[in-house]
Amino acid sequence: MSLASYLLGIGASLLVLGFAVEQLRRRRMRERHAVWWFAAGLLALAASIFPRSLDWLASAIGISLPVNLVFFTSIAILFLVSLQHSAELTTLESKTRTLAERIALLELRLKSVEDEMDDDSV
Amino acid sequence: MATASHNILVVVPALNEEASVGAVVTSILAANPNVTVLVVDDGSTDATRDVALAAGAHVASLPFNLGVGGAMRVGFHYAIEHGHDVVVQVDADGQHDPAEIPALVASLDEADLVLGARFAGVGGYRVRGPRKWAMVVLASVLSRSLKTHLTDTTSGFRASGPRAIALFARQYPAEYLGDTIESLVIAARSGLRVTQTPVAMRSRTTGAPSHNALKSAIYLARAVLALIFAYVRPASTYATKVVT
Repeated sequence: MSLASYLLGIGASLLVLGFAVEQLRRRRMRERHAVWWFAAGLLALAASIFPRSLDWLASAIGISLPVNLVFFTSIAILFLVSLQHSAELTTLESKTRTLAERIALLELRLKSVEDEMDDDSV
Repeated sequence: MATASHNILVVVPALNEEASVGAVVTSILAANPNVTVLVVDDGSTDATRDVALAAGAHVASLPFNLGVGGAMRVGFHYAIEHGHDVVVQVDADGQHDPAEIPALVASLDEADLVLGARFAGVGGYRVRGPRKWAMVVLASVLSRSLKTHLTDTTSGFRASGPRAIALFARQYPAEYLGDTIESLVIAARSGLRVTQTPVAMRSRTTGAPSHNALKSAIYLARAVLALIFAYVRPASTYATKVVT
């Protein structure tokens, strides 16, 4: 492994971590969403600082090519994040739907109250 | 007459039905002078709202399209707010005959939910192919589950009594096919009595029914999926979408 690729790995993981922290700091991402990116960034940082740990872990669980462990972990995290997003989306849709229903009913009630007031003032 | 002793709300979900909704509202009121008609304008972009108001209906306008399930949830909430003890659902395309409403309501004496069945011997409504298989499968599964004989489970012409209104206002499914299939499963799992009464269908005043084979096959698959999920759903998830 060349020095350049070693530094590239560290730089990339620091970028992910920095981005997650910055989003959290500006309240543009809630913790429960940021926690995945945070975990991914920390894992990537550990693996890029100590590449040997990757070799050791891969052989310990019987993966012959250590890079496959990296791919597997990345895909697993992305998969879980998108699963979480689908669930959140469903919750949001159901909340918007409920709000829309409430608005329709409230509009109707407002109109009938206005009509009553018009009748009274005549 | 059965309709006189009840406080009936007729709910008409309508999406871009300006051509037919006026006539539907007028004929409902002509055949049943004692009922209140609520047209739920499901995000229409045409004059549905104005036409319905002019015809003498109350109109609740949804800000965007929610589907029949969402529209009916508005109807059930409105019924509870205004003390209606019967909710009758009628389609805005004119295929349901408002003169049949008293027959549906009369059957509520022995049931909580009455379906207007389109194939039970009256009228000339026929379907073929996958859509027919879907209806047969649904009818046999749901009949067994509800311990009654149903032939037309996807009918949009139905009457709900007080127990059904209270249940559906809390948990009426809003997904595609949920308003017909899953609502019956919810009724079954909540112990409601469901029955059907034969009704004649009129041909639609506007639009064309879908009889495309591929569409029918997709419909069959989605219907079976909806049915399966309705049964495996934990009872606790029903109560989460509550608005009171």
